[in-house]
Amino acid sequence: MVAFKIELPHVGESVTEAIIGKWLKSPGEHIEKYDPLVEVITDKVNMDVPAPASGTLTKLLAAEGDTVPMGSVIAEMETDEANVRGDSESSPTPAGAKSPGSPLAGRIGTLVQGANVGPTGGEFLDTSLSSPEPGTRPATAASSGPDNGKQHFSPVVTRLAAQHGVDLGTLVGTGLGGRVTKKDVLAAAASAPPSTALADSISAEDQVIEPTPIRRMIAAHMVRSTSEIPHAWSAVEVDVTGMVAWRAANRQRFQQTHDVRLTYLPFTLLCVAAALKVSPRINSSWLDGKVVLKGAINVGVAVAAPEGLVVPVVQSAAGSTLLELAQQLDGVVKRARSGTMTLNDVQGGTFTLNNTGALGSVWGGAIINHPQAAILTTEAIVKRPVVITEKDSDSVVVRSMMNICLSFDHRIIDGAEASIFLQAVRTGLEAIVVDTEF
Amino acid sequence: MSATANKSSKLGTTSPPLSGERLVELYRTMVLSRYLDERVWLLNRQGKAAIAASAQGHEAAQVACIEATDPSKDHYLTYYRQFTAMMALGTEPEEMLRGFLAKDGDPMSAARQFPLHGAHPRVDLFNFSNVIATQLPQAAGVALADQLRGDDAVTIVFFGDGAASQGDTHEAMNFAGIRKLPIVFFCENNRYAISVPLNKQMAVDTVASRAAGYGFPGVQVDGTDVVAVYEATQAAVNRARAGDGPTLIEASVERLQPHTTDDDHTRYRSPEDIAQMANKDPVKITSETLRRRDLLTEAEDEAIHAEAKRRVNVATDTVDAEPYPDTETMFDHVTSNRDEGGS
Amino acid sequence: MPEQTVIEAVRDTMRAEMRRDESVILLGEDVGLRGGVFLATDGFIEEFGEDRVIDTPLAESLICGLALGAAVNGMRPLAEIQFADFVWPAINQLVGEAARVRYGTNGVKTAPMTIRVPYGGGVRGGLYHSQSIEVLFAHTPGLTVVAPATPYDAKGLLASAIRSDDPVIVLEHKRTYRLVKGEVPIEDYTIPIGRAEIKRPGSEMTIVTYGLMLHYALQAAETVSEQGLDVEVLDLRTLRPLDADAIAESVSRTGKVLIVQEDTPAVSISSEVAAIVGERCFFDLDGPITRLTAPELPPMPFSPLQEAAFMPSPEKIVAAIAKLAEL
Repeated sequence: MVAFKIELPHVGESVTEAIIGKWLKSPGEHIEKYDPLVEVITDKVNMDVPAPASGTLTKLLAAEGDTVPMGSVIAEMETDEANVRGDSESSPTPAGAKSPGSPLAGRIGTLVQGANVGPTGGEFLDTSLSSPEPGTRPATAASSGPDNGKQHFSPVVTRLAAQHGVDLGTLVGTGLGGRVTKKDVLAAAASAPPSTALADSISAEDQVIEPTPIRRMIAAHMVRSTSEIPHAWSAVEVDVTGMVAWRAANRQRFQQTHDVRLTYLPFTLLCVAAALKVSPRINSSWLDGKVVLKGAINVGVAVAAPEGLVVPVVQSAAGSTLLELAQQLDGVVKRARSGTMTLNDVQGGTFTLNNTGALGSVWGGAIINHPQAAILTTEAIVKRPVVITEKDSDSVVVRSMMNICLSFDHRIIDGAEASIFLQAVRTGLEAIVVDTEF
Repeated sequence: MSATANKSSKLGTTSPPLSGERLVELYRTMVLSRYLDERVWLLNRQGKAAIAASAQGHEAAQVACIEATDPSKDHYLTYYRQFTAMMALGTEPEEMLRGFLAKDGDPMSAARQFPLHGAHPRVDLFNFSNVIATQLPQAAGVALADQLRGDDAVTIVFFGDGAASQGDTHEAMNFAGIRKLPIVFFCENNRYAISVPLNKQMAVDTVASRAAGYGFPGVQVDGTDVVAVYEATQAAVNRARAGDGPTLIEASVERLQPHTTDDDHTRYRSPEDIAQMANKDPVKITSETLRRRDLLTEAEDEAIHAEAKRRVNVATDTVDAEPYPDTETMFDHVTSNRDEGGS
Repeated sequence: MPEQTVIEAVRDTMRAEMRRDESVILLGEDVGLRGGVFLATDGFIEEFGEDRVIDTPLAESLICGLALGAAVNGMRPLAEIQFADFVWPAINQLVGEAARVRYGTNGVKTAPMTIRVPYGGGVRGGLYHSQSIEVLFAHTPGLTVVAPATPYDAKGLLASAIRSDDPVIVLEHKRTYRLVKGEVPIEDYTIPIGRAEIKRPGSEMTIVTYGLMLHYALQAAETVSEQGLDVEVLDLRTLRPLDADAIAESVSRTGKVLIVQEDTPAVSISSEVAAIVGERCFFDLDGPITRLTAPELPPMPFSPLQEAAFMPSPEKIVAAIAKLAEL
């Protein structure tokens, strides 16, 4: 039996911490390797951390609701195996944890019970040792405070920024190498409007709700997007009469042949992916002052899941057929709705598609999914009277119309590029007629 | 102006010799000390007394030395072996045991120190550390203060044959000789400093012979002879009070037990050496002397022993049941500033 | 107001205390007939006599042991160790014994004694007339250690030390003896032990320092103020107990700290100040805790260029300030 520290593994790009959701095992319980040990909640997905070895769980070191950085120790166990290595690339176990079989154990030695040394060198078995542990005056508690762990920001800068609600990402630093200094934060704070405390703003009739961890994460994500990315918007109306007809004619066959429920989403995804291929700046990201054009086209699809909005990702959307997209979407949306998504389902997104129309919206200004450059909403398909011009002659006909609205990062994308992209999506969708081959 | 000017000097006694009654009293103290001393060793073997240094073999020298002094005004700087001297100065067996068992109420140091270390509550006896010979320069300082104020108190500083080698001993004696301080250097030479025998400790035969190098008399006495030690100490104390300066007394004794309860003297003393000590046991010798001089009958002797045993049993039972000092108190008395300890 | 050098302030204070309290006695080598090698006790034996001004033999352990013994027997001894470099034989009597008398006797015995120790370099003192010795004493529970650097502080702190009921080590930087002159009120006053003092207020950075370095730091702060840098200088004055509140208050306010000491850096006063700043000012720091000390060499070489390279100086402090300010 060897004492072993269980670390929260590093998972998911850009995820640095997780919230402990629910412990699934208790101290004293025997656990098998790979047994689910604890549910954790991250920015992207909820997941179970598996036990890294078989043995007995001895200590829990993080409580439910705690936010814990990845790599930190969350529990301890006694393993059955002689030599255990963690599944994550964490720091090696300390020398003291090595099993008796390892070469270091002999050099470390063991304690001989009852071999005591007296005050001046002889033998003395102190019977007063059976008395209780002496208490000590508590040491002066070192001041503890929030640790945002931001790189390149000094402790006072972090603290003052949090205190005054200053977004450090928006500041230009005047210190060496562009470092944001204490003066910079104080100057920014002086020009910002003061925030009102919660207590001043609520009345007896109001109901104050404590946000769930997921809600908090979403909130933080939204604040980040809106404070870092300068949003601009553009929209076009799309005549989807043909797409509607195609689906009506083929959905039953789809269900029977492929066991896939066919929605409008695969169509829009197909056209969006194709349009992204020719408008790479829409499929990019502003990172460290540079524009990164993403090579892959992985489109995240916003789904309303029981605990809040989640965005499963359809990987490599541009190379897939309609059927393939429909199948992928079907699977991933099912998993999202049932809370069984894997980390792979939520990683790697480069663009986001949000079908706000499903709930009746005809117009949207969605918030970009940081750190992407754009997000597109597909609004409700509504039968409208539309003017058609044929051979110089105008007539009014009834068409199924769907607005598509683009929010884009104006640092990277200008109105013209946005329009080009939207036109491409529209063209693709309007080209669908009832007998189109996919 | 110097307070030491124009006092007469005489190396001899100026007060009456030890009376028979006083001799018996001194013997009584020696017997009580012996039983208590043996009891402390037993308590150590039981794991209750962490450390003890025995005065067995030194009892006569210590009671006789104290007898020649005036506890109402004199100063005593002891080291870890003055078990009997402390009892001669009125320390109760319970008080002694509280020190050895590190119990609450230890009068010397509140059990922060080894037993017999700290300061006595009723007489001016103190022992600040068990670093060897540091008490000699301190004793010179105590005596200096008396001299400057013109007080007629005498400082008696105890030390062993090992301490005689320390630099502090030389420095203190040198200064005492220069200023003719009112001080008695009382050396209990038991021929061993832990395991180091006398011939590895010094090139001369006696510690007393060194006094000449500091300009004052050195006297060697049989430390098992109560009367001899008393007379030598009395002469030295009178000399000091008269303003004639220091004396070095070397009392030859045997160390009946090893250095402390952590030592095993069979590792460095021959069986013959250990065996011959039985002839130098001061309790036995004094008993014989008193009976030979018809100052003590056999029955009285037995009664003294019985009473001492009883007294030691009562004290042991009492203190064994007492509590240890509370941990909160360990932050007190670091400096005069109450806020400093523990923060 | 009259102006005095540090040595004059020290001398006058000792004289005043000896006149005020006849239990104050002076002991040390050459303190009597010679008046002290720095003339700190010039004229004392003539005024107070041989019984209060004692020329001791050449024996530092004895001097401090005597002081301790006299202190527990009703005197207030004021001993001098001629040079800090000679204090080592007395460490046992000070650190091992005097510091622990009150604690080891549960308050029954106390040792109201003062040991004055001239220390420090920049006087062509070589390896044995230049040492800084504060660390061992500043580490010891039961001891008090003060290090006044100005004539005003020398008088106030020495008076407090002599009147204190605890053993106090008074560190006097020998270079300041005749180098520093300042206002010293004639009337009796004391400075509380354990209180640092802002010698120069500022807003952008705190220099924490003591001893001769105080004066170099003040010069450096003046120099950089001409370039628009506003530097605060905090004089520790007492090295044990350190005024942690003053250190924390100043550094929390300015956000940057430069600790300047003449002593070598490993396990020194600057280490302790840095720990205090780290514990109490972490979330107010706008830059790393910085130290400017001697190099890690035995203090200090005799030859002039090497001695100058060893010692911190106003120029070196200016450079350190500029570097820390730039960050």
